[in-house]
Amino acid sequence: MRGRNRIWLLLVSLFSNAAWSDSQLNLTKGVTAISNEVYDLHMLVLYICTAIGVIVFGVMFWSIIFHRKSKGAKPADFHESTKIEILWTAIPVVILIAMAIPATSTLIAMEDNSDSDITIQVTGSQWKWHYKYFDQDIEFYSVLSTPREQYENHNGEPATRSEHYLIEVDKPLVIPVNKKVRFLLTSDDVIHSWWVPAFAVKQDANPGFINEAWAKVDKPGIYRGQCAELCGKDHGFMPVVVEVKSEEDYQQWLKEQQQLIADAANAEQASLSASMSKEELMQLGESTYLAHCAACHQPTGLGIPPAFPALKGSPIATTGSIEEHIDIVFNGKAGTGMQGYGKQLSLKEIAAVVTFERNAWGNDTGDLVQSADVKAASGE
Amino acid sequence: MTTDTLENTEHHEEHHAQPSGIKRWLYTTNHKDIGTLYLWFSFIMLLVGGGLAMIIRAELFQPGLQIVEPDFFNQLTTTHGLIMVFGAIMPAFTGFANWMIPMMIGAPDMALPRMNNWSFWILPFAFSILIGSFFMESGAPNFGWTFYAPLSTTYSNGSTAFFVFAVHIMGISSIMGAINVIVTIMNMRAPGMTYMKMPLFVWTFFITAYLLIAVMPVLAGVVTMVLTDTYFGTSFFNAAGGGDPVMFQHIFWFFGHPEVYIMILPAFGIVSTIIPAFARKKLFGYSSMVYATASIALLSFIVWAHHMFTTGMPLFGELFFMYCTMLIAVPTGVKVFNWVATMWRGSMSFEIPMLFSIAFVILFTIGGFSGLMLALTPVDFQYHDTYFVVAHFHYVLVTGSLFSIFAGTYYWLPKWTGHMYNQTLAQWHFWCSIISVNLLFFPMHFLGLAGMPRRIPDYALQFADFNKWVSIGGFAFGLSQLLFLAVVIKCIRSGEKAADKPWDGAEGLEWTVASPAPYHTFSTPPAIKDE
Repeated sequence: MRGRNRIWLLLVSLFSNAAWSDSQLNLTKGVTAISNEVYDLHMLVLYICTAIGVIVFGVMFWSIIFHRKSKGAKPADFHESTKIEILWTAIPVVILIAMAIPATSTLIAMEDNSDSDITIQVTGSQWKWHYKYFDQDIEFYSVLSTPREQYENHNGEPATRSEHYLIEVDKPLVIPVNKKVRFLLTSDDVIHSWWVPAFAVKQDANPGFINEAWAKVDKPGIYRGQCAELCGKDHGFMPVVVEVKSEEDYQQWLKEQQQLIADAANAEQASLSASMSKEELMQLGESTYLAHCAACHQPTGLGIPPAFPALKGSPIATTGSIEEHIDIVFNGKAGTGMQGYGKQLSLKEIAAVVTFERNAWGNDTGDLVQSADVKAASGE
Repeated sequence: MTTDTLENTEHHEEHHAQPSGIKRWLYTTNHKDIGTLYLWFSFIMLLVGGGLAMIIRAELFQPGLQIVEPDFFNQLTTTHGLIMVFGAIMPAFTGFANWMIPMMIGAPDMALPRMNNWSFWILPFAFSILIGSFFMESGAPNFGWTFYAPLSTTYSNGSTAFFVFAVHIMGISSIMGAINVIVTIMNMRAPGMTYMKMPLFVWTFFITAYLLIAVMPVLAGVVTMVLTDTYFGTSFFNAAGGGDPVMFQHIFWFFGHPEVYIMILPAFGIVSTIIPAFARKKLFGYSSMVYATASIALLSFIVWAHHMFTTGMPLFGELFFMYCTMLIAVPTGVKVFNWVATMWRGSMSFEIPMLFSIAFVILFTIGGFSGLMLALTPVDFQYHDTYFVVAHFHYVLVTGSLFSIFAGTYYWLPKWTGHMYNQTLAQWHFWCSIISVNLLFFPMHFLGLAGMPRRIPDYALQFADFNKWVSIGGFAFGLSQLLFLAVVIKCIRSGEKAADKPWDGAEGLEWTVASPAPYHTFSTPPAIKDE
């Protein structure tokens, strides 16, 4: 009885409007002049293909229905006709030219990166985006903000998932409306691809090279996309979120950011002379570790060898010197997936994470690391 | 073209003592045995690759990570692609080439029989290495079947060496197979069979073989560069050492795009054989079919960068590759029009090979339409690396290549086994496949347009409904292929005795020999008469 109810429920849920209201069938029209042109082009080709399909398949089904042996059809004898063959070579060429003309003009407009109002450098790394505003001294990382419990479901489904599950970040990119914003894209490690469907912008971020793209957005709002190029393990977990603000709101936001940066610098300075207790370090260390390190080294510290080595029992986090340990966390390790976190974390957080790694999972070194130690060992 | 049936050539068998058991298959130089080996091997690979796809679809059935870890998910998508391309589709076509080309051109065997044996028997080793890497510490390749650097070099999980070695062996096998096809066709046609009298099937394999010889060495080159970048400190694809990661993609796709046609031109040949047989009318526009095949092959060398529009190519490059890619629609259109014209005013009947061929024409054309949409650079920026692309290439490779393989198998099974297949089971196989395959791949178009990137193990909630349907279609399509296995095994073991020419509209030399085809055929060349 219960089983039957369930099947019934499943069927009802599949066909109810509620289940399908979220499902989008067609390309997004987007919020830029370019994305609208792209949408129109998409619809044009779709209609042309549909029309051709209807004609060709129509003729075929006519034969299938009326020219069957079971209906006594006798085969005709023709098997070539130069006239008709020239015709069905020439007509497609004309149709193709009709498609190529609007495609060419849209493409030329898309590739015109000149006269931008604002320039932002977008850097991909495994698996987060970094945004740097030219002439503003503002830069920050943008990381997936969906909690791990929501997507790691090996032990059962979560009670709820957030509305923007897997397409939400801690700090979105913020740009002003009606300004031509130029993006310079590059990568710190493998190839990523920065994609916002609503802007019709998808551009690869290649390590060691810089690509250009631009968008001039008509409407304030929050627009979401994802990394589009396979970039390793967590390729599915590096969303792009762009918040488009009105000019005043944008200026306000810039001011807030500058204030935040100044505050952070002060806190950094203050932390140098402060000394934290083991409990404080372990607590901050654990939260920092889970946010920034656990994707590769795993919450258990066991890693995914050989690409992502274990920290539990690792010489670096036990018998090795604290300085070397800090150096790897701060500067990364060349030729591997280990990034440098000197730019991403505060001195305090690095001190806490190193302390945590040296004292968690049975790595009982008892070592305590303070901000000042990090400053000294980082060589800066 | 009509032919004389010559004396049955079975008596030749007596002269050779046949090893039995496993040795028969290990030592065989007979084109029919080797064709059978290729076909069974490719079917096993289809099941392995399909099994991997089932795990992928099970993980994607609902949001969240329930079954596999993201890294293992990447290993699944990578090996699924490699196994299906190099293990299932390509060897199946080589199997067809081995079985049918000598019988279609009136030759006693392939021109280089020992090399033929060798080119098959290295394949199991290649795939053992590839699949075996699942059980090694590094895990299987996890960088996508396109193995873009530097993900496959500096950032690889340590499986690169096994991957490169396996691909080298597959490449050697393909090159040897291609050489054999070319040498056989050029030298061993029966007297009177001029090039323009060859069955279209033979023509498409001939052109495919040239493509293979042209591009497999490019693949070998690029995997070697990946190997040395990973282990020997070179910097072909490393910007820090003066290289360029985008150069990898240029070299890879210079191989990769002709590779796509390597997997579809033979399908054109099979379908062009079957449609006239069941329309009981000669193939419309034989010579334009030959020219269209050749032009598709030539164009395939100048369109590779349409896979790379988002890599930051200059405007001129984007325009060039867009125009060239659009041009491919012309010869491809000619082919579709010719098939339809062949059916027009024919006397059609709908046996299983014909059903699969008609499905091929419709569904391959749908894949062609999405291909045309992808060719337009501005919209490609939106489609690129989404499920729209996944839908596109599965329409051309599954309902295209794979369906043609099914069609060809049903068409020639009576000749191969001497029995007719079980009608009812085969009908079930066709209808289950055609329904489930569309449930599997059609909604992927919507997913891609709505913005779902490919190669992700988990997705945003708005993609949940379609993914559920796609997964259900996937399981159904996978299970349907067990019906195919049942049909083939039943047909080998028992079944109604097949006539020498079981299809009344069929043409070609293969139908002039007995069913099942004797171990040696055409030891004396048949005479080809002009009409």
